[in-house]
Amino acid sequence: MTPDSLAALSDGLFSVAVALYSLAVVAFCAQLAFGRRPVRSAELVGAGAPAPAAEAPAEDTRGRRWGAVAMGLTVLAAAAHGAVLVTRGLATDRLPWGNMYEFATATVFVAVVAFVIVGFRAPGLRHIGLFVLAPVVLALVLIGLFLYAEAGPLVAALRSSWLAIHVSTAIIGFGIFFVSGIASVLYLVRSRYEARMADGGAPSTGVLARLPAAAALDRVAHRTAVFGFPIWTFAVIAGAIWAEAAWGRFWGWDPKETWAFIAWVVYAAYLHARTTAGWRGRPAAWVNVVGLAVMIFNLLFVNMVSTGLHSYAGLN
Amino acid sequence: MTVLDRPAVSAPGPSAPRRGVGLLLRWWRRLTAMRTAIVLLFLLALAAVPGSLLPQRSLSQTNVRGYFADHPTLAPLLDRLYLFDVFSSPWFAAVYLLLFISLIGCVLPRALEHARALRAAPPPVPRNLLRLPDSGELPSTLPAGQALDVVEEELRVRRFRVVRSEGELSAEKGHLKETGNLLFHLSLVALLLGLAGGKLWGYEGSILVTEGQGFCNSFQQYDTWSAGPLVDSGDLRPLCVDLDDFRAEYEENLTAASFTADIRYGAPGEDGRPTTIGVNGPLRVDGDRVYVTGHGFSPTFSVTRPDGTAITDVAVPFLPTDQSTMASEGALKLPDLGSDSDDQLALEGFFAPTGLVQGGILTSVDPRPLAPQVAVVVYQGYLGLDSGIPQSVYSLDATQIDRGRLERVAAENLAVGESLTLPDGTTVAFTGYREFAALQYSHDPGQAWVLGSAVALLAGLLGMLLLRRERVFARVASGPGGGGTVLTLASLTRGSGESAPRFAALTDDLRTALAARTRAPEPGGPPA
Repeated sequence: MTPDSLAALSDGLFSVAVALYSLAVVAFCAQLAFGRRPVRSAELVGAGAPAPAAEAPAEDTRGRRWGAVAMGLTVLAAAAHGAVLVTRGLATDRLPWGNMYEFATATVFVAVVAFVIVGFRAPGLRHIGLFVLAPVVLALVLIGLFLYAEAGPLVAALRSSWLAIHVSTAIIGFGIFFVSGIASVLYLVRSRYEARMADGGAPSTGVLARLPAAAALDRVAHRTAVFGFPIWTFAVIAGAIWAEAAWGRFWGWDPKETWAFIAWVVYAAYLHARTTAGWRGRPAAWVNVVGLAVMIFNLLFVNMVSTGLHSYAGLN
Repeated sequence: MTVLDRPAVSAPGPSAPRRGVGLLLRWWRRLTAMRTAIVLLFLLALAAVPGSLLPQRSLSQTNVRGYFADHPTLAPLLDRLYLFDVFSSPWFAAVYLLLFISLIGCVLPRALEHARALRAAPPPVPRNLLRLPDSGELPSTLPAGQALDVVEEELRVRRFRVVRSEGELSAEKGHLKETGNLLFHLSLVALLLGLAGGKLWGYEGSILVTEGQGFCNSFQQYDTWSAGPLVDSGDLRPLCVDLDDFRAEYEENLTAASFTADIRYGAPGEDGRPTTIGVNGPLRVDGDRVYVTGHGFSPTFSVTRPDGTAITDVAVPFLPTDQSTMASEGALKLPDLGSDSDDQLALEGFFAPTGLVQGGILTSVDPRPLAPQVAVVVYQGYLGLDSGIPQSVYSLDATQIDRGRLERVAAENLAVGESLTLPDGTTVAFTGYREFAALQYSHDPGQAWVLGSAVALLAGLLGMLLLRRERVFARVASGPGGGGTVLTLASLTRGSGESAPRFAALTDDLRTALAARTRAPEPGGPPA
């Protein structure tokens, strides 16, 4: 295949991936809507106490079937999504993260993969699928609309083996933090619900009741953040090493560097907060959410509004 | 984490110094508390924000000047708050220094405690094992001592440190987790020291060098330079660099593919070793580095006076104003060409590597020098170079033009080889171009130290996040009814949420091992 037809194939696959993710979103909705949870209010009332390990909320076969369909669609969509990147890479004969379109597409891909791994290891957590995939679809649509850049060669500064190391780890770290942040948002929602239940509130019949237990959400948020933090640390260090070779200094408070540092500090605060009296639980979860906000700000604002050395966005 | 705000129950009138010490101690405890550390982390993150939203002097003096011009009332106020030098401001330093003091105050006691714990035996077996989060009982037909032997063996294989006492055993592993934690935090301190050292003893100089020219490492030669307060300007590494050839290569769609500079370098007076440097590939000489940070064109001009005095092929670097077409602007000032200070000559110009003239206006359409052209405006009069006010070498002093002391005498678009003649008979010829490279010389003695700290930091982080500290306790008692023994096992894990499955696996292994040791092949299933 010629580079042009590969690039066209990549763009086509992008649409396919968005369509499949949208179907997965519908299936996850169906799982939440039809997967009626047998009424076990006794367990819910007790949920204020330290909850047992992540248990799959019991549900009827219909819900389970929808859940399986949703996961299947997600995996299929992720395969198409991965193929977008592979064909892009083949079309341009380089790593497919040389501009903001490719970087953001790869980041979302990592987030989906992280969710799929979590979903297979702890099936109870598949219930957050809707809340992961809906932002994924939204993000991909926005990426396709506003960040799209034609397949093309890399600018000189990016022609370094550090591209494979620094940018790849930044993408992986970001993707993992994405899932972590969403888990913390859901934890905040669910823990308020559980607190209300503990105070004798009426059990919800809606989505709230079908979310995984707050403790499980908190755990998955923490685990993923713990996994992502060293990767992000490495990405920042690798970036500094590259900057030393490319820009003449390893650290110069370029806007991207500054926000990478801010994100690092916020995630460090999250990991500390989670083990500190007075910060455990909801305050810590808020810190994690702020961390995700910082990461997204770093991607969008710093590349699109401010001018710095990381201006490879391919936007103009 | 220290207990805060312990109610001060003290004698009615403690002496002032003692009260002072108590107050200090309380403040110290508060500063080193984890809660404070989290708040300080937040403050640090917050303090860095304006550094990315406002222009910073360390990044671009031009942008800061632009901001002052755009916001004449606000800018001086912000400046007084150091908001254009955030990362070297006292308040930013205050936040990170407090954070580091808090960190040291937290980590040092932990390090001492850890050093003691490393040598100490595992803690004694708690009285009621079944109260621990992971615990269970294993029956065995082995005698008590042998059953414990089996447990000890299995734990030692798993690299636990084991202490036996009468009828019980405690084991521990995973001190590396705490070691990693301490390594991480102490590496942060080392990293900060490395950064500080680099700032104090480091320096950096930038210079535009046209092909065929060179520079030596001294502050007098650089266009701009910055140096730490402890740099002795007479003690810079004697190194000279000559630029022989600069090449910019482009892809078909005009994406820049590579910038390379062929240079020769060596001590002053030496012949110089040839090498090639470029983007992502600086010259490294004993820790010092020379980078190519930019490039551009230096058009060359020849000026001939009617009386025959001439300057030939003088190259002046023009600064690119648009990287995608390399359209560039600059000025040539010739103060000594004429007979007196009111007979000076200068030109301001626009250089297009591939020029296109439409309606008399020259624009650049390609970054490659395919058809170089210049648009020049020539002035004669007084340049104001000796007026004491510093002026840019890339533009003329507009006040001299406004005052009428510098008069515009000609303007024309020139291709290579073309020339124009001024009213007084002087000819200005555009003879061609050379390329220039923006070179940067950097010296940062803290760099290797920072890299080492960063690697140690990462290693510590991985150890701290991935390892577990585990304690396992076991006690034997004779079984109910005197038949065999019952092993009570318990474990205590720090650093991982899911300890239950691991404890179950350990129990299973122990059960198998106990069964294997039992001569009568009786599987150790749980009796009633």
